[in-house]
Amino acid sequence: MLAYIARRIVYVIPIVISVALVCFLLVHITPGDPLVAVLPADASQELAAQLRAAYGFDRPLPVQFGLWLLRALHGDLGNSIATGRPVLAEVMRAVSNTVTLAVAAAIIGFTMGILLGLIAGYFRETWIDKVATSFAIAGVSVPHYWLGMVLVIIFSVQLNWLPAVGAGPNGSNSWAWDWAHLKYLVLPAITTSVIPMGIVTRTVRALTGDILSQDFVEALRAKGLYETGVFRHVIKNAAPTALAVMGLQLGYMLGGSILIETVFSWPGSGFLLNSAIFQRDLPLLQGTILILALFFVFLNLLVDIAQAAIDPRIKRG
Amino acid sequence: MSELPLSATADAALQAAPATKARGYWATVGRRITRDKVSMACALVLLLIFLSAVLAPWLGLEDPYKGSMIRRLRHIGTAGYPLGTDELGRDMLARLIYGGRLSLVIGILPVILAFCIGTSLGLVAGYVGGKLNTAIMRTIDVFYAFPSVLLAIAISGALGAGILNSIVSLTVVFVPQITRVAESVTTGVRNMDFVEAARASGAGPFTIMRVHILGNVLGAIFVYATSLISVSMILAAGLSFLGLGTKPPEPEWGLMLNTLRTAIYVNPWVAALPGAMIFAVSICFNLLSDGLRSAMDIRN
Repeated sequence: MLAYIARRIVYVIPIVISVALVCFLLVHITPGDPLVAVLPADASQELAAQLRAAYGFDRPLPVQFGLWLLRALHGDLGNSIATGRPVLAEVMRAVSNTVTLAVAAAIIGFTMGILLGLIAGYFRETWIDKVATSFAIAGVSVPHYWLGMVLVIIFSVQLNWLPAVGAGPNGSNSWAWDWAHLKYLVLPAITTSVIPMGIVTRTVRALTGDILSQDFVEALRAKGLYETGVFRHVIKNAAPTALAVMGLQLGYMLGGSILIETVFSWPGSGFLLNSAIFQRDLPLLQGTILILALFFVFLNLLVDIAQAAIDPRIKRG
Repeated sequence: MSELPLSATADAALQAAPATKARGYWATVGRRITRDKVSMACALVLLLIFLSAVLAPWLGLEDPYKGSMIRRLRHIGTAGYPLGTDELGRDMLARLIYGGRLSLVIGILPVILAFCIGTSLGLVAGYVGGKLNTAIMRTIDVFYAFPSVLLAIAISGALGAGILNSIVSLTVVFVPQITRVAESVTTGVRNMDFVEAARASGAGPFTIMRVHILGNVLGAIFVYATSLISVSMILAAGLSFLGLGTKPPEPEWGLMLNTLRTAIYVNPWVAALPGAMIFAVSICFNLLSDGLRSAMDIRN
């Protein structure tokens, strides 16, 4: 197991470096001067050169990348051009809000997905299956930012049950586990959960169907095992693949939260990304994308390891 | 025990063979999909949306750009404005139909481009193998390290707002996915006997790829690509929704959804209409892609 983990970690290193390179280069495909956000329109050439040197934009690209990577390894992603505050601290604070949202959505989406998928897989080709599959297809096809709007229209505008935007009363930006804050989490979490719900339903349905049609299930039933016992075998066999899909989905929720966070003004990493893009705050943009991508890479690593831990066949492959 | 039913089905299959053999593979797929009611209904809805978008100028609609401050945010069902008016008093029906033009192009074009690029890359990587395969596939892996929404927004955000940039960023998102599928099916085909036979009879690598491999892998890649259209539609409209795609006053569903967001307290259901269009197109493409997949799966 340890050897497998070590192999996986070694494999991740080049990926991490290339991810950093992509994040770094993103800023340099940007048309226009990266300092345009801070530089006053009437700034002198001298001042511009001074600032450029202060941010290190005057050096050759490979040198800039090396220095940037070196500093990033020490946890220094530079300062936000717009606010002047350290990027890492800004991103981490926002990411914690996104994690809250993603975990809440994962609990809803995965539970629903597993239940619907199991039911659909067990009752294949019946009306129950058709209803569950329709839910799944609607879940993966719906533009989730629009669903968020529709939920706001129904539950905030028409019924006035839940708040429409924000993450807490009085524009609070820090999360707390009480009902006042929880009310703000309901709609964004449901909105975020529909895509993973659909994908997990489809995966679990296909897995359950495949497993139930295998010979060993026939054998288990033939030897007189109760249906609950058969069910345990189904779960055990479906778990590794389902887990991998869910891990990937959690990563997508963390990294792809920008649209939903924009709809609900949720103060997470997506919201931060949005403001970084429109204020042309390049260090912040670079840092946010880097952190989110690294989260995704490490989540994938964890899923691989967890998968190998429950399914020994994977280690050998 | 299992011998008997197995040989029985094999016999049945042999007897049935001459009847199905008369028809080609694609003809069979075509027949199967036209018999699938769900697929046909979706195809019909998509056809209607496509046609109305193409024929929009000849449908006798209001001018989608002409607003009026005195008739802003009319409700659905207002005389003369069956779907109401938007925040600048422009006719929603006209804007939704005209909006299909841009929305469909920015949603579908990236998949078509990625299909061409990804298929070529995957075919070469899968057929040539070796170092070239490693180089292509490891580069592809880097893009897999980003969640697709994040990658699309990062590229669009860096390039700046604009239709062209949004198409470029979505193409970059889909190329790795299609390349991976193309590479894996090509690797599966390249060691088959008929490829060996072609090589033995002196065909060059380009001819083998074009004549012998492409026809055998294109179907699988095509079905996969169709399943991406739904995601692409949602993402393309999403980029416009964020302000990274289409610019006002162009009618486009994602952008319309964005500008109408401020109106949800005044006229909520008119504000939700553009999203319903995106949903309809996206779900139809998804169901059609599913139908195509099962029609092409000859095992059952």
